[in-house]
Amino acid sequence: MSDISWGLWQLLLKGVWITVQLTVYSAALGAVTAFVIGLARTHRRWLVRFLSGAYFEIFRGTSALILMFWMFFVLPVGFGWQLAPMWAAVLTLGLTYGAYGSEVVRGAVAAVAPAQREAGIALGFSPAQQLWKIVLPQAWPEMVPPCTNLLIELLKGTALVSILGVGDIAFGASLVRNATTQSAPVYTVILVMYFVLAFVLTRGMRAVERQAKAGIGRPPAKRASLFRRAGGGRPATAVPGAGAGATGRGEPR
Amino acid sequence: MPADRTTPNDTTVPDAPDDTAATDPGGPAADGAELIRFDKVTKRFGAHTVLDALDMTVHSGKHVTLIGPSGSGKTTILRLMMTLLKPDEGTIMFNGDYLTHEEKGGRLVPAGERHSRAVRRNIGMVFQQFNLFPNMKVLRNITEAPVHVLGLAKDAAEERARELLDLVGLTDHLDKYPGQLSGGQQQRVAIARALAMRPKVLLLDEVTSALDPELVAGVLDVLRDIARSTDITLLCVTHEMNFARDISDCVMMFDAGRVIEFGPPEQIFTAPEHERTREFLSAVL
Amino acid sequence: MTFDWSAVGDFLPAFFRGVLVTLQALALGSLIAFALGLVWALAQRSARKAVRWPVTVLTEFVRNTPLLVQLFFLYYVMPEWGVTLSALATGVIGLGLHYSTYTAEVYRAGIDGVPAGQWEAATALSLPRGRTWTAVILPQAIRRVVPALGNYVISMLKDSPMLFAIGVLEMLGEARQFSSQTFQTVEPYTVVGVAFLVIAYPASLLLRALERRLAR
Repeated sequence: MSDISWGLWQLLLKGVWITVQLTVYSAALGAVTAFVIGLARTHRRWLVRFLSGAYFEIFRGTSALILMFWMFFVLPVGFGWQLAPMWAAVLTLGLTYGAYGSEVVRGAVAAVAPAQREAGIALGFSPAQQLWKIVLPQAWPEMVPPCTNLLIELLKGTALVSILGVGDIAFGASLVRNATTQSAPVYTVILVMYFVLAFVLTRGMRAVERQAKAGIGRPPAKRASLFRRAGGGRPATAVPGAGAGATGRGEPR
Repeated sequence: MPADRTTPNDTTVPDAPDDTAATDPGGPAADGAELIRFDKVTKRFGAHTVLDALDMTVHSGKHVTLIGPSGSGKTTILRLMMTLLKPDEGTIMFNGDYLTHEEKGGRLVPAGERHSRAVRRNIGMVFQQFNLFPNMKVLRNITEAPVHVLGLAKDAAEERARELLDLVGLTDHLDKYPGQLSGGQQQRVAIARALAMRPKVLLLDEVTSALDPELVAGVLDVLRDIARSTDITLLCVTHEMNFARDISDCVMMFDAGRVIEFGPPEQIFTAPEHERTREFLSAVL
Repeated sequence: MTFDWSAVGDFLPAFFRGVLVTLQALALGSLIAFALGLVWALAQRSARKAVRWPVTVLTEFVRNTPLLVQLFFLYYVMPEWGVTLSALATGVIGLGLHYSTYTAEVYRAGIDGVPAGQWEAATALSLPRGRTWTAVILPQAIRRVVPALGNYVISMLKDSPMLFAIGVLEMLGEARQFSSQTFQTVEPYTVVGVAFLVIAYPASLLLRALERRLAR
C-alpha cells in the first residue's frame, strides 16, 4: 500500500467527491421522480395510472448500465442530444431508482387508512390538502426505511459511470492500479471507501427515520445490526409485497 | 382425606420426597413406579415467577389433569417436561433419570442437548395448535419420527401409522396434507403422531382450545379411548372440566405458580376445600 | 433519427451469442447465489460467535459495496493470488457471491417465518437437528421465499451487463464490439435494451402470479 503515492491518494479522494456528487444529484432526481410517478399511480384517472405504471415497468425492466449506454451513445446519434457522461449517468440513475422509489411511495400512500382521507373529506379539505396535510405526513415515516435501501443501491450504482470514463472512485481505482500494478491493495481500499460511504448514508437515514417517526409520535424500530434493514432490500424486494411470502408468521403464544 | 392435602404449598403439598406414598397425586394405591418428579422447580419470565419451588410427582400409568386460571403455570409444566423451557431452579426427573440435568464427574450440571434428547424420547406431546408438518402428508407426519429417530423400517412404521390412524378414525385421510383437514382431524393426526413414538407419558396442552366447538367432542372421544385402553401416563392441561372428570385419576388445581389443592376428580369437583378452587370452578363450570 | 433495420439483421448473430452467454452467467450465478446464501443464512444462526461474526461482516461488506468493483477485484486480484480463471467464470463467481448476500437475507426471513410450533413439534418427536432442518424447516422456509429468490434472479439479469467491464462478451459486450466495428451505435444498444425488457417484464409478471398463488 506504500506504493500508492500522495498524488494517487488525491486521485482517489477526488473520486470520492465525484461519487458523492453523483449520488446526491441522482438521489434528488430520483426523489422527484418517485413522488411524481408514485402519486400518479394512485391517481383517479386510468390514463394517468396507465402511463405512470408503464414508466415504472419500463424502467424497472431495463438494466441501468444498458440505459446509461443508450443515453450516452444512442441519444447523441439518434436525436442529436450530446450529454456529458456525468449527466447521462445522473439521468439514468435518477430515472431508474426513481421508478423503484415510486413503488415505495405508492405502497406507503396506499397503506394510509382510508378513514384518514374520509376524515379529510368530512373536514372539507381539498384533494391536494388531503394529500399534503393528511396522507403524506403519515406515509412518510413508512417510506424512509425502504428508501434507505434504495439509496445504498444507488450509491453502488454510481460505480457504473467509471465505464463511461467519469472519474469517480471506481475510475480512480483503475488509474491507480495501472500506475502501481498492484491490484489487491487498491481494490481493497476502494471497497472500504464505498463501505464507509454506505455506512454514513445508513446512519444519516436512520436519523431521518427517527425524526419522521417522532413526528407522528411513534418510537423508531429496533434493529439488530449496524446495517440490517427492513426487508433486506434491493430494488427487487424493496417493492412492498415482493417479500411478502417470506414475512414472519409467529405462533400466538 | 388427609388434612395436608390442602395445606399451603410451602409445606409438603403436593408431594414431598420423603413421604411419597402418602401425598402422591397418584394416590396411596399407586400401581406404577414413580415416573415424573419435580423437585423445587422454579421458572421465571423476567420478573414474573410462573412456577414457585414446585414439588410434584406423577406415577406411571396415572392420568393427571392440571386445572387453574390462565397464567397459573400449567402449560409451563408441560413445556418444562418437553425441554422446550429450562427451569431456573430445581430439578425434574423422568423415568429415574434427570431430565433437566446430567451427572458429569459426580456433579449435577444442566443437561446437554444429547442427554435431553435421550431422556425425552419417551415423552410425547400434543399441542394446542397441532403443529403438524404442513409439508408432509398425514402418513409421513406420523412415520417421520419412528423412521428417523427410532430407526424403524419404513414398512413397519407405516403399518403402525395405519393402526394409529384407525384408532383416531382417520384411515381415509392418510394421503392428504394437513392443510386439507379440519382442525379436529389435524389434532387427531397429531395425537396419532405422538403415540407412534410409543411414549411413556403423553403431554396434552389444551388440545381442544383451538378447535371449533363442534369438533371438540371427536378429539376428546379419541383421548378417552386412549386413556381407557392403554396404560400410557397422561399429563393434561385442559379447560374441559367434564373431560377432566372423566379421565383423571388426579386433578391438580394451580394458582400463581403453586399447586393449591389436588385429589381425585370427585373430591375436587364436588367438595373443593380451597377457596380459590371454589371460585375457579364456579367460574368455569 | 434513423434506424437501420439491416444493421439489426447484421447484429443478430452476435446478439444471440451474447444472449447465450448472459443466460449462462445468469444460471450459474443463480446457482451459486442460492447455495451460498443458504450457507450464510445457516452460519448466521450458528451458536458460535466465531462463525456468526465473520459471516455477518463478510455479507454486510459485500452487500454494501458495488458489484462492479468486486468484479474488478476478482478479475485483477485472483491471478495475483495464483488463481487464473476465464472472464466468464470470474463474472459468474462475482455475481453469485454478490447476490448470495441478498439471498441470505431472504432465507433468513423465510426461516424466521416458520412458526415456532414447528420447532417445538420436532423437539417433541426427538427429531435430530439435521433432520429437523432438512425435512421440516427448510422445505417450509424455501417454499415461501421462492418469489423473493426469483426477484433476485431478475435483478441479477439486470446486473449481468457489468460482466462486459471485465471482458465477458455477453449481450452488452457484443453490442459494444459490434458498434466499434461497424460504427452503428443506435441499433445494437436499442436491440439489447429491448431484449432486457422482453425478458424481464414477463418474468416479473410470472413471479407476481406465483407469489399470489403461494400467498393463498
